[in-house]
Amino acid sequence: MAQVTNRLTPFFENITFDRDDNELVLNFGPQHPSAHGQLRLMLHLQQEQIVKAHPDIGYLHRGMEKMAENMIYNEFMPTTDRMDYIASSSNNYGFALAVERLIGLEVPRRAKVIRMMLLEINRLMSHLFWLATTALDIGAMTVFLYAFREREYLMDIIEGYCGARLTHAAIRIGGVPLDIQDDFLHQLRTFLNKLPANIKDYEDLLDSNRIWLMRMEEVGIVSKEMALSWGCTGPMLRASGFAWDLRKEEPYELYDEVEFNVPWSDKGDNYARYRIYMQEMRESAKILYQTIEMYERTVKDGQTALMAHAPKYISAPKIDIMTQNYSLMQHFVLVTQGMRPPVGEVYVATESPKGELGFFINSQGGPYPYRLKLRAPSFWHTGILTDLLPGHYIPDVVSIIGTTNIVFGEVDR
Amino acid sequence: MRAYTPKDNVQAKAYYTDRFYVSPQVPKQDVSTDAIFASDLAAISAKFEVKDAFIQVTNMVVYINASDIYGVLKLMRDELEYTQLTEMSAIDWLAKDKTFEIFYQMLSMNKHKRIRIKYFIQKGQAVDSVNELFRSADWSEREMFDMFGIEANNHPFMKRILMPYDWQGHPLLKTYPLQGDEFAAWYEVDKIYGKEARDIIGPELRDTANINRYDSERFARLGFEQPKGTVITGNEEPTVQTYQEDGGVFLIKKYDKDASKIVDDPQR
Repeated sequence: MAQVTNRLTPFFENITFDRDDNELVLNFGPQHPSAHGQLRLMLHLQQEQIVKAHPDIGYLHRGMEKMAENMIYNEFMPTTDRMDYIASSSNNYGFALAVERLIGLEVPRRAKVIRMMLLEINRLMSHLFWLATTALDIGAMTVFLYAFREREYLMDIIEGYCGARLTHAAIRIGGVPLDIQDDFLHQLRTFLNKLPANIKDYEDLLDSNRIWLMRMEEVGIVSKEMALSWGCTGPMLRASGFAWDLRKEEPYELYDEVEFNVPWSDKGDNYARYRIYMQEMRESAKILYQTIEMYERTVKDGQTALMAHAPKYISAPKIDIMTQNYSLMQHFVLVTQGMRPPVGEVYVATESPKGELGFFINSQGGPYPYRLKLRAPSFWHTGILTDLLPGHYIPDVVSIIGTTNIVFGEVDR
Repeated sequence: MRAYTPKDNVQAKAYYTDRFYVSPQVPKQDVSTDAIFASDLAAISAKFEVKDAFIQVTNMVVYINASDIYGVLKLMRDELEYTQLTEMSAIDWLAKDKTFEIFYQMLSMNKHKRIRIKYFIQKGQAVDSVNELFRSADWSEREMFDMFGIEANNHPFMKRILMPYDWQGHPLLKTYPLQGDEFAAWYEVDKIYGKEARDIIGPELRDTANINRYDSERFARLGFEQPKGTVITGNEEPTVQTYQEDGGVFLIKKYDKDASKIVDDPQR
């Protein structure tokens, strides 16, 4: 066989010198350890100061919206895992909720409680991951090891529930597939009891650390106007002076029954965002304690249903499928052809760990969505780098990317 | 006779639909049922033509003229407190009536309300950029251009955002197949090896689930690995394996299970 040589030009340098205005163009990424995935930044530099930043994305684009148009609704659920893969259940949930609102389904109470548990565990996992990687980028290796240790424990709990550690697919349209395992509550309580001490450990290491403060305080300030204009959500918005949390403002599931605070700040800098992540972990723990009680109450009240009863859209429980002919027939149709939601449109936003995760679905009554738009918060949190980075210095780039908490699975989708 | 396949929409389609099946509709409420939406709509319709408006799943949907979009969003931002453009994109209706439907999802944090502004444009028509009102539209409009080929007037940098700059075709069009088109199949071969290598390398296999059971060359011949393209005779020499101890690749030669320590306490 003939040898085929490739035509890719060798690319040894990152730097172009052929400008006469002393401006230097630096390619940051797409393969850069602190670019959090596949971010390519083209930075125009004067000395060490950035005068122009041009984020380039698309290196992880898999065309999820296209895939959704060619899949039945239930088939798309595992694909949503691959958006924000740090907290996959929150994507599952956003999609499930959007389809449920489209159909007009009410989910059983126990399923709601389990969903809330999964969502908050995912939030903790995501925030711990954020803390670990950001601290590592700035040079605090110890925090990385500590935070990953705790995240590992949470992943073990999740693995016990759904069998997966990263891509959970733990939520179904209409409820949850399984009840929690026997030692779930015990494990969760053990973890939560230790968590405050753990968070204190991180804070002792970071809060007044000189290097950490240099990279965090008064760096990467997102003003109120900028946050609104760029469509910032989640901690990015809350650090810029808005106490806006969709769990409070547009409550879904049972978030209106639990008590928690929305940490916010009007500083807008990296340090404010860091503080918000730390406080949100405490709030998540608070919510989790309450959901444990709520779960135990559903056990006491005998509310055992896990999936909504809607034979047109949702398969019957396994026992019915195995014993009743008509349930089996409906199940067969739902699996082979898929559910057909009503004709109409829906936009549903949920508070994922990164911000507002929205699903826009246009259904034409077929088994495939006619159009599905994924509104991922990180997309705009990457876009804002265009306006945020100029004026900063090279070492600040890493910390700013870190605190925007972008995950490229959902930026590129 | 060959089965007819429509060319204007090549996406997956239901292979069976009951001929008497009538799809239910997601209920729409009249705008007058919500006081805040009603006053917002009155403010918009006082200055601009509103073609249709209703409430569907807690969001108000307002249809306007394509040329009014900048004015409407400016009014909503400055006077009606809709301070965030959460999302915008298009829906492809080319197969139905040669139009695109553009939607802008707006959020008011003071009123706790969401409004969806919509309008139709013809194929080939450009939209007005709202980048000056909402910076988030910068990337949204680029994404819309990338996915549908809809350009935005007055946009500072109307380039592709997710696909490579030299890509051809717009992936979210209904005419674009899921596995990609002819161009997509040759894109990497042409770019990396050049067009003249097409015969040697062949098109990219873009259907990852596809298995050609007549292909006898691409099997893993474990222990008898051969370079691709070698004519298989059946008398191949076995591949020589070397171990690290002998100066080769590191492999565990003798695994003693009893001697290894198993850590089973997650807390250590």
